[in-house]
Amino acid sequence: MTNPGGLRSSFARIFLRSLSRINSGRVSSSRGRTLPKHRSISIAAYASMASAVGTRRAWSREVLRRIRRGGARRASRRTSEFPVGRKGRKEPGNGKKLKKEAGDGNEGSSIQGMRKKLRRLVPGGEGMEFHRLLAETAHYIKCLKTQVGVMRSIADYYTPV
Amino acid sequence: MSSRSRSSRQGSSRISDDQIVDLVSKLRSLLPEIRNGRRSDKVSASKVLQETCNYIRNLHQEVDDLSERLSQLLQTIDPDSAEASIIRSLIM
Repeated sequence: MTNPGGLRSSFARIFLRSLSRINSGRVSSSRGRTLPKHRSISIAAYASMASAVGTRRAWSREVLRRIRRGGARRASRRTSEFPVGRKGRKEPGNGKKLKKEAGDGNEGSSIQGMRKKLRRLVPGGEGMEFHRLLAETAHYIKCLKTQVGVMRSIADYYTPV
Repeated sequence: MSSRSRSSRQGSSRISDDQIVDLVSKLRSLLPEIRNGRRSDKVSASKVLQETCNYIRNLHQEVDDLSERLSQLLQTIDPDSAEASIIRSLIM
């Protein structure tokens, strides 16, 4: 398991560098469209965390992949998913092998329904065996918590008293 | 490890109940609400998954909100100069 202190400072370092890049306007977006600043920041946050984690988790690999493919090309916030890369709610047609759930339909409170939702929420979760999905989810949540904590600390630091 | 009888649950999971329970309890320890109080191992897996999904969504939302906050704050400061002291204060 990653040492959370190490992850925290790695993420903070990378993220702060991104922030200063964004601040000085050195960030270019694909397709020539300018992203709103908060959007650049939120993408930078996910990207920084994925970089800090590296390629040893499936979810971070997926995030890095999406960012490289073009961070600006992502669905707007109409879904509750991770904002980078996903084109829509449908199952992704990007070549990942899908495990079709035997129970279909939106059984909201059943395990099947929850598994589907979880697959969409965790990056790279779609092609994964459920066992692995749970482990990735646990790690993903841990990193998200770290990310939020650092972002909050930075925001508090800069908030004028 | 999976020598017990497999769950007859439909779907693509071909692992034993033990492993699911194990992973689910690991998830549970990360979730803020369920952690307090219930010692029961019989908290339904679907409830844990549901809480997990909600929690992830909340975290995404928080990232968005913090990004908004940071985008406004960034206009007034220069992150470059303060980076070292921020990191130091963050780690402490």
